[in-house]
Amino acid sequence: MTNHFTLRVNGADHDVRDSWLGESLLDVLRDRIGLLGSKGACEQGECGSCSVVIDGELVCSCLVMAASTIGQSITTVEGIATDGAPSDVQRAFVDAGAVQCGFCTPGLIVAVHSLLESDGEPTETEVREALAGNLCRCTGYGRILEAVERVVVERRR
Amino acid sequence: MAVFVATDVESAVQRLDDRPDSVVLAGGTDLMVEVNDGRLRPSPDADVVAVNRVAELRSWRHDSAAATVTIGAAVTYSEMLDEPLATLAPALAEAARTVGSPQIRNAGTLGGNLGTCSPAGDGLPVLAALDASVEIASVAGRRSVAVLDLMKGPKRTTLEPGDLIVSFTLPVVDGWQGYAKVGVRNAMVIAIASTCLVLDRQRQRVGLALGSVGPTVLRVPAAETKFAAALDWRTMTAERDAVQAFGDGAAQTAAPIDDHRSSAEYRRHAIGVLTRRLAARGLDTAGRAA
Repeated sequence: MTNHFTLRVNGADHDVRDSWLGESLLDVLRDRIGLLGSKGACEQGECGSCSVVIDGELVCSCLVMAASTIGQSITTVEGIATDGAPSDVQRAFVDAGAVQCGFCTPGLIVAVHSLLESDGEPTETEVREALAGNLCRCTGYGRILEAVERVVVERRR
Repeated sequence: MAVFVATDVESAVQRLDDRPDSVVLAGGTDLMVEVNDGRLRPSPDADVVAVNRVAELRSWRHDSAAATVTIGAAVTYSEMLDEPLATLAPALAEAARTVGSPQIRNAGTLGGNLGTCSPAGDGLPVLAALDASVEIASVAGRRSVAVLDLMKGPKRTTLEPGDLIVSFTLPVVDGWQGYAKVGVRNAMVIAIASTCLVLDRQRQRVGLALGSVGPTVLRVPAAETKFAAALDWRTMTAERDAVQAFGDGAAQTAAPIDDHRSSAEYRRHAIGVLTRRLAARGLDTAGRAA
């Protein structure tokens, strides 16, 4: 295995040729593949702004060694919108005013999708616990929780 | 130099033996922080051996005849929260729930916890209080040692180059067990002080382990023996004074330091509080079941 590898991101194969050994998935997504949705802030798993889903599990892409994900299925925030239209979660974030500076938003969108896939009717406590790894320094979280609640109600219909 | 994604233990240990400077990568929640920070650069002569797709390391099994559960080293904290494992190892599930965030729990592993061997590792007091053993593989074969014997100091173990942590075996206890931790918030927090208490009714044995208050996780044998003798194991009750003395004994055994997270004085106090709290919780719960 050399340092040339292929990653499957949002259903498409991407050739990665120029990464250094040990480079994080976050850096490979942003700097090699050009997917800028996942954000880099703390680079130690504290902030959640780089959240992606690998084989169904929500993880921080900054803590994943890119070359170790060969053969796995990676979903980033860019893979969530279908045909260019925002998902219900993305729309609810805008409608509820849950986006201010926007830096944490992609990670939160991925985390909320992941939560609602495993539990369609979370309690507020469960939502808070599920989003505890995504820091937002603008909103105070109230409108983020409201956005999640809107999606839960909409999906019930 | 390459990243080697191992799919079985044999190929992983062979790779570690071929290139002794190689680094084992499990969940990445510790290792990648070092890499991102530039503190760790895999050597040109070495490999990164990723073990989180080794089936044996990703699974767990319950041996009901032996009353033990064996948990693969790459089982994640999220998986420790799932039933039925959470019921077989309840203190481990409680500890797992306090680790990081969902993102961290989906990646972080018990083997990584021991491999890093931070005195604040949340899984380690549980393994220590339960007298868990760890199975280690190398090209020379497999061996089993007590987890307590493997922890040597802060971020130091007695593991040799070429060793791979395979699994942990812990007793399924007839009695009560719990984990408690002090930190600055309910999530994403490294323990300022932590405790795991096991009240094993069948063996009439008390196990108490302390985290974040010494170079490694500490046991408190003198206070454990004294408390076990003071306990009425039939009714699962104890005098208030015995619980107080148990907490005091634990606090005296703690060997905390001042650092950027807390002071030694606060940590020692917290150990007394957490020990008494767990004892009260355990006796209350177990007493009602008796």
